[in-house]
Amino acid sequence: MFLFEKAVTGSRKYWIWIVCLFAVIGAGFLAYLRQLQEGLGITGLSRDVTWGLYISQFTFLVGVAASAVMVVLPYYLHDFKAFAKVTILGEFLAISAVTMCALFIFVDMGQPTRVLNVLLHPTPNSMMFWDMLSLGGYLMLNAVIALTTLHAEQKGIAPPRWLKPIILLSIPWAISIHTVTAFLYAGLPGRSFWLTAIMAPRFLASAFASGPALLILLCMAIGRLTKSSGLREPVQKLAVIVTYAMILNVFFVLMELFTAFYSQIPEHMEHFHYLFAGLDGRTALVPWMWTSAILAVASLALLIPPGTRKNPKVLAAACGMVFLSLWIDKGLGLIVGGFVPSPLGAVTEYAPTLPEAAIALAIWAIGILMITVFYKIALAVRESLA
Amino acid sequence: MILDRKSFLRLTGLSVLARKLVAAVTPKRWAMVVDARKCLQKEGCQKCIEACHRMHNVPAFAEPRHEVRWIWKEPFERAFPSQENLYSQAAFRDKPFPVFCNHCDNPPCVRVCPTGATWKRDDGIVMMDWHRCIGCRYCVAACPYGSRSFNWLDPRPRLTQMNAEFPTRTKGVVEKCTFCEERLARGEAPACVEACPEKAMVFGNLADPASEVRQLLGARYTVRRKPELGTRPEVYYIV
Repeated sequence: MFLFEKAVTGSRKYWIWIVCLFAVIGAGFLAYLRQLQEGLGITGLSRDVTWGLYISQFTFLVGVAASAVMVVLPYYLHDFKAFAKVTILGEFLAISAVTMCALFIFVDMGQPTRVLNVLLHPTPNSMMFWDMLSLGGYLMLNAVIALTTLHAEQKGIAPPRWLKPIILLSIPWAISIHTVTAFLYAGLPGRSFWLTAIMAPRFLASAFASGPALLILLCMAIGRLTKSSGLREPVQKLAVIVTYAMILNVFFVLMELFTAFYSQIPEHMEHFHYLFAGLDGRTALVPWMWTSAILAVASLALLIPPGTRKNPKVLAAACGMVFLSLWIDKGLGLIVGGFVPSPLGAVTEYAPTLPEAAIALAIWAIGILMITVFYKIALAVRESLA
Repeated sequence: MILDRKSFLRLTGLSVLARKLVAAVTPKRWAMVVDARKCLQKEGCQKCIEACHRMHNVPAFAEPRHEVRWIWKEPFERAFPSQENLYSQAAFRDKPFPVFCNHCDNPPCVRVCPTGATWKRDDGIVMMDWHRCIGCRYCVAACPYGSRSFNWLDPRPRLTQMNAEFPTRTKGVVEKCTFCEERLARGEAPACVEACPEKAMVFGNLADPASEVRQLLGARYTVRRKPELGTRPEVYYIV
């Protein structure tokens, strides 16, 4: 396979890492076989909370995928040379994230063998149909772009001219995947928590903070594990992007809070009550949500002053905080919070079960495996040139 | 008789036209009026629920979180949250009201379904195809009335008795009330309507001005569940 030989040669540490990932994938696969056999009843989901860990991970990872645009846009539209070395890393991150998204949707299906019905009976009135199209298209675009540029880099030539329009197309396409994903939730009449016009902008802001934060951490890991140089400048530029996006995200959340609590419309306030204070004595998500809020504020305190932001160690900590804060906010609170209370006022709590968590972890492991292999290939190509 | 292409097309066109004409002459829009005062005469009565769930092979799951239901009773303040009033309706607040699919004229569940497994028929019934449903539960999230249930586990072992004339479902699909379309096709009233000893549920054709539902709606003050959402529910309550 294309350049795949570069992924099957590695140090002992590399192979231990790969074997560990496969172990996690294997455990999750066994759990999935059980889910296939018994049904989604083995998860913590219920008639009141019908979407949980799977769909919230999907939502969070669409954001990570979309965030590739934050390196692609400056590099290709503004000829921002500092991103030359990270652009392909961003695209490979997007490919891995979209694959995880597809898998998370797949494991959430009650009848996975029928999933092609979405294409066999296309229904343009459903946002899920558009989501499938936009995610599929985005995966194709990034696969073509990343592989073609890598191939050109290996040969030491410029990428072919026909690639440019495809790269330009991938920029609005990235915005579209996360907008359509927000529309999945934002157009439902009985779900007040999601019925907000700022859902899509908030999704994009949190995506452009969490994705580049992850990319910074990955770049730093690459810098430690290999002798790659020249990642310091792009990391600093990415840090500025993370800072602005995180400020916007916090601003958008505050706007949500203002609208809900100044208008005092009960069904808009109740979900925030449940998330941050608990409702009817049910408080499972309260510690999580406060952790997320504190991490968000603390990360901004570290990111906004240039002095702390420019310190690599502080920056790494701040990026970890941004990522964790947004993972809790979007990968936990946003989806579950929309279901509690239910449209009939029922307060049912949700917590993932062990098999459910194992399946989710396995999908993350698949994504991490993909990132590992892709980055290994990309770096090997660069090393052979140097 | 051998048909040439032209006459075949002409015949097809005519038959389609004829169907449309018949439908236009006898339009149907099924709806339900529930007289809550009659229903509340026997508060613990479960007859409509039992009849429906027995007839449609609705499984009885032990765990509430896996519950499947087509018709059930909900306290007034939960069924009609926007009608909340501290004083005048104190007599109603905790009283159980029978609730089920509203067969909305503008159903959000149909709008969101990614496969067309749920759709609105010309006569207004919101139907389900249990063979096309992929179990994504988008319709469950979209329904503002909690009228849709998902089969979290295999429903068949949970059937206490089986009605051989109605299909059972598999795990991983969504189901809900269908206004007993299989009974309507035979000219019978929905099972819940028939089972009600107080005759509190009236079913009929909204498109027919002489129908009992239209008479009731014209004469009595009725409310619907969450009409402000624009779903245009077609189940009316006399309170």
